[in-house]
Amino acid sequence: MLSVLSTGILILLLYLLQTAVFPAALPLHVYPNLLIIITASKGFMKGENAGMLVGFTCGLLYDIFFGGVVGFHALLFVYIGFLNGKFSQVFYPEDIKLPLALITVSDLTSGLLSYVFLFLLWGKLDFPYYFLHVIFPEMVVTLVATLAFYPLILKINEAIRVWERKREY
Amino acid sequence: MSPIVKRKGEKFTLPSKYLLFILTILCTALMLFTFATNLLDKPLGSIVGYALIPFEKGIGEAGSWLSGRKDQLAQIKTLLEENQNLKEQVALLTEENTLLQQDKYELNKLRQLFELDEQYEEYHKVGARIISRDSGNWYSAFIIDKGTEHGLQEDMNVIAGGGLVGRISSVGPNWARVTAIISDNANVSGMTLATEDNLIVSGSLKGMNEGVIYFSKLVDSKGAVQAGDKIVTSDISDKFLPGILIGYVLTVTNDNNNLTKSGTLIPAVDFEHLSEVLVITDQKQTIEEK
Repeated sequence: MLSVLSTGILILLLYLLQTAVFPAALPLHVYPNLLIIITASKGFMKGENAGMLVGFTCGLLYDIFFGGVVGFHALLFVYIGFLNGKFSQVFYPEDIKLPLALITVSDLTSGLLSYVFLFLLWGKLDFPYYFLHVIFPEMVVTLVATLAFYPLILKINEAIRVWERKREY
Repeated sequence: MSPIVKRKGEKFTLPSKYLLFILTILCTALMLFTFATNLLDKPLGSIVGYALIPFEKGIGEAGSWLSGRKDQLAQIKTLLEENQNLKEQVALLTEENTLLQQDKYELNKLRQLFELDEQYEEYHKVGARIISRDSGNWYSAFIIDKGTEHGLQEDMNVIAGGGLVGRISSVGPNWARVTAIISDNANVSGMTLATEDNLIVSGSLKGMNEGVIYFSKLVDSKGAVQAGDKIVTSDISDKFLPGILIGYVLTVTNDNNNLTKSGTLIPAVDFEHLSEVLVITDQKQTIEEK
């Protein structure tokens, strides 16, 4: 229960950070995808089901305000959560290399799929341009943002796990 | 036996492949549903709007207060200088104004003669503050802090600083999403002010990064359209009111078909530094389909 509540608050905070705080504070062309970070992290930390549910929430939130079609990003994020959940078996909290790699690949995949479905299918074929100006920069800033936000997500996760185990005994 | 096994004393958990299946079906259904109808927009928009918009408003206000303080300190010096210049300008403009007043008087008289009504003189406008931007990096859209409660509706035009910003593409009770004309999924029917040639202004990500908007399908056989010409929204656009400034022509090139021309224009609005916009609450007259 506590874990669900804290995840909900975290999603809300990251969403607000991404849409309201970052654009006001940092004059960038491309902003990090914090929703991918939380979706992927919950996936490999807590397993497939948690990843999918978090992904669904994040995607739906995104779709309602900014997506043209409600459900597209939700579906994308559900699969990202699910596939990251597959790695929960080999995830160790001490190791930061695996999370970094997973989040980066997740962001790259979501960028490529967004390009294919939102641009390529509408006849915008200049892939190198979109890759160099959106997909790749987004991947890099998301990687940097992961270094900042991932430890926080990990700490919250660990604290809740310890607290829940204490309560069981 | 069912694959969902529940042992004694163990918490019930749904196998992930079933959850994946359920969520996939749900998302696909949602997508089909939004393609077919717009019944879903309203309830979803209201729920999320009431939950999130107050936060975003607060953040927006705090942010603008902070940047306002910063700017105040930085600008005092430049303001003094500017004040001097402005005073000179006021003198110049007052003189010009008197001349224009005379012209206007004449214009009104001539208008009366021609029995033209002033239907495009004044639109009703509502001011709104931008509180959040598109969380992805693909499109250029933003959320403003007013919605149906303040009389806004879908497709209303949004302007800022005298130029066209975009139109409202979705609206909730206390928020509205504005899709900018520089966004990759936006097309505006425009015309050159001087020659009244129609053209299509298409937003694109590429142009956005270069600070220009592309236009195409300009029929201009005489080659009268030149760099610097004003481009405004056309009379035939079905979403945009006529005569709103879009921008100024930068380049014109012949298309391969030798019939039409395309090129780039510089938008009249500074899209990088938008914080307040005006929403025109008048809507383009449409023909009711029976």
